[in-house]
Amino acid sequence: MPVSDRATSLLEEEVVFPAEKAEGRVLVLACGAIAREVLAIVKLNRWTHVDVRCLPAKLHSRPERIPAAVDAKLTELAGRYEQVFVAYADCGTGGALEPVLERHGVERLPGAHCYGFLAGNDAWDAMQEDEPATFYLTDFLARHFDALVVRGLGIDRRPELLPLMFGNYVRLVHLAQTDDAELDRRAEGAAAFLGLRYERRRTGYGDLRPALERFVAGAERG
Amino acid sequence: MSDDEIDLESLSDEDLVAQMHDDVYDGLPDEIVRGTEILLERGWSPDRTLSDALVEGMRIVGVDFRDGILFVPEVLLAANAMKAGMEVLRPLLSESSADRMGKVVIGTVKGDIHDIGKNLVAMMLEGAGFEVIDLGINNAVESYLAALEEHKPQILGMSALLTTTMPYMKVVVDTMVEKGIRDDYIVLVGGAPLNEEFGKAVGADAYCRDAAVAAETAQALVLARRSAVAAS
Repeated sequence: MPVSDRATSLLEEEVVFPAEKAEGRVLVLACGAIAREVLAIVKLNRWTHVDVRCLPAKLHSRPERIPAAVDAKLTELAGRYEQVFVAYADCGTGGALEPVLERHGVERLPGAHCYGFLAGNDAWDAMQEDEPATFYLTDFLARHFDALVVRGLGIDRRPELLPLMFGNYVRLVHLAQTDDAELDRRAEGAAAFLGLRYERRRTGYGDLRPALERFVAGAERG
Repeated sequence: MSDDEIDLESLSDEDLVAQMHDDVYDGLPDEIVRGTEILLERGWSPDRTLSDALVEGMRIVGVDFRDGILFVPEVLLAANAMKAGMEVLRPLLSESSADRMGKVVIGTVKGDIHDIGKNLVAMMLEGAGFEVIDLGINNAVESYLAALEEHKPQILGMSALLTTTMPYMKVVVDTMVEKGIRDDYIVLVGGAPLNEEFGKAVGADAYCRDAAVAAETAQALVLARRSAVAAS
């Protein structure tokens, strides 16, 4: 099933995208918020032996739950794959993901956030340096802004939360992985809703692609 | 008044305070302002109103946040309600400033614009009897040092939400050491990605995991320092 048909599931549930070959030997355990990007890179590289499993993207808003969710999945799948890679950055876990990954002998993506590795961590650092009061949307977050931000944070029910949560921000940057006019429109609408200046940066897959390619090449070397 | 609205004036003191705890919990600033005014009209002191009605309400919110029952939006709404009550009480509290615990300079570090946690801590510190000088967000070391010089607080509090900005706390503490003023202040640090080990590594006196702990720690360390001075 294409990822576009599973967008809502990706937000709420674990979704498995099996390798083209019947038995995947390599696993990328990813955040559901980057499922499209990971699958696009798998396709571009014609990796037919890579399973992609996505944990619910809603964990993006509850980062303290990510380490336990990753730990549980890695424990459940122990011994099933030759190599496993975790497609999360630190993602707001405050370093709590590190000991989990060390225990399982698994690597993760470099950087602090999906914004960082999708923009390219150096480019993201420069953007942050330039304007710390920036709220970022990736394509996924632009697509699910209403579910994750407006409804997810309860702003629809209690509009007084808007200045309390976003009063310090001045700019919204849409880190665009693809050229999609509908997503641009949504991102611009999100900026207007939050009362922020809008900018769009075309990032492609940033550091995600080289990180996954290094991992899969390493897995093939055994 | 609608049928399901509660007439706060008709409640006993005990029931009104319990209702105010609920109103803080539910994030209802208008109700909190009215409840605060009623308690003052009934002769409650500003300090008692603050601690029994507002701080205690917020403490319950803090416990449920820690236990995963409430999330950030609910805590923000609760804090907003408490803040509304604090605004009624603040002018009255400052009149009795002799009883205050001391001063705290607090701010979010450079590069970081997140202040939800810091604002909660500031409010709980105020509730615990401190005068709070809030430097806001994105503070460079110069801003902290200037505020220490100007306000001569007992405590410096620093907050960060990002793993990329929290190391800046060490820059501030190291600069205080270089200038020979580190031991003049109690340094408290906090923020979601921090932990006790990090607090020690940057040279803070304590890491505070939440706003209630920050207020308790601030009180305990100020009292310990006062005792040490008295004994010397």
